[in-house]
This record gives sequence, C-alpha cells and structure tokens, in this order.
Amino acid sequence: MAEQVTTRRPYVREVPKTHWFLRQPRYLRYMAREVTCVFIGAYAVFMLVAIARLAEGREAYDEFLRELASPAGIAFQLVILVFALYHTISWFNVTPKAMPVQLGESFVPGWIIVAAHYAGWIAVSIIILALAGAF
Amino acid sequence: MAKSNKPVVWGLFAAGGTVAAFITPALVVLALLAATGQIPPLLSYDRLHAFAAHWTGKAVLFGIVFLSLWHAAHRLRVTLHDFGARCDTAIAVAVYLLATAGSIACIVILFRI
Repeated sequence: MAEQVTTRRPYVREVPKTHWFLRQPRYLRYMAREVTCVFIGAYAVFMLVAIARLAEGREAYDEFLRELASPAGIAFQLVILVFALYHTISWFNVTPKAMPVQLGESFVPGWIIVAAHYAGWIAVSIIILALAGAF
Repeated sequence: MAKSNKPVVWGLFAAGGTVAAFITPALVVLALLAATGQIPPLLSYDRLHAFAAHWTGKAVLFGIVFLSLWHAAHRLRVTLHDFGARCDTAIAVAVYLLATAGSIACIVILFRI
C-alpha cells in the first residue's frame, strides 16, 4: 500500500508494556504458564547442589538432607511442586497443538493425545517412585 | 534456505519441557518424602552414590539437569520479553550462558563421584 498523507490522527490502542497480561484471565493464565520456567530452573539448580553435596561425601550429603527437612526446605519443595504441576498440566494440554497426529486423511482428536500424555505421566511417576523404593 | 539455529534451541526447549513435565512432580514428591523423614532408599547416600558412580546414572542425572536448565533458559528469555524487556540479544546471551555454565558444572561434579 502506498504511503498516505493524512491529517487525521489514527487511534492507537495503548498496550502497557509491563502489565498487559493483567487485563484478561486468558493472558494471565498464559503468563502463569510461562513463569513456571523460573521454578523448573530453580529445581535444576537444586538438583545440581544435591549432586555436588553427594560428591563431597557422606557428611555433606547427610547435612544436605537435614537442611531439606527444615521448614524452609519443605516450603521450597511445596512451592516447586505447585509450579511443577502447573507446568505439567499446561504442557500436556497444548500437545495436540504442538504435535498433531495424522492417521490417513484425518487427525487424531486432541483429547486422545492429551489423555495419552496424562496416562503416560501417571505411569512414569509410579515407575520413578517404585524404582526409588518409595512404596 | 537460510540457516537458523532456531530448530536446535527450540528442540532442546521442547525436550526439556517434556522431560520436566513427566518427571519433576515425582522427583519433588521423593524430596518431600526425604524431608519428612521417610527417606526413599534410592536417596540414601550409599544408593545414590552408587547410582551416580555408574555411567548410566551420570547420563540420566546430567540429562535431567541439562534439559531442565535449557528449557528454563529459553522460556525465561521469551518471558522477559513479555514482561517488557526489549534487549533480547543481551538476555539471550545471559540465559544461554548460565544454562551452559550450569551444565558444565554438572559434568565436572558428576566426574568427581
């Protein structure tokens, strides 16, 4: 389109740069989903620290387990658990969009892909807990 | 066709998100059991040390830490843009460097076990 010279001032809808997502619950859910990455990253660092204490020796590792059992340690795990669950649920719910499965001419219905992920998640969680001897 | 590193960056992000989605809640439950005094046998010093001493255990632990870090780094980059930050190159360098540093630290530590 050729550039037009106009004397009218077009309406430009203002979008606040830093808090636009507070406008709509849909945007807020999107931001909540994205912010889970902070907690996934924090947990990766936590695991890194755990491995480092393990490498230091028995005393350092046992001290690490005692710190884990402190109120702050338990609170950290509970906060991580909430965001990890939100990450899992939001991640699985978009799988039909991220990787649609085509069979012949038609696409597999989205709910089947989502349900398959939830079933796999339950199986994997039970296997991890069983391998760790939690039962 | 123009070359782009986007598929690699995004592929690792997606792999990390998938791994984290499947296993992180169960790992937190294990840590919570340990914190409440019912330490799962695998998290005892002897068992976990033996696990990390074997190369398959090292590979599993590194895979979890590396993919989680990369997933977090890439999503944080995008999220900071959503929060109004407009210096993508600097942010990208910072987050990917941190993820790389953490991954290298993980390798170094694992080889001390």
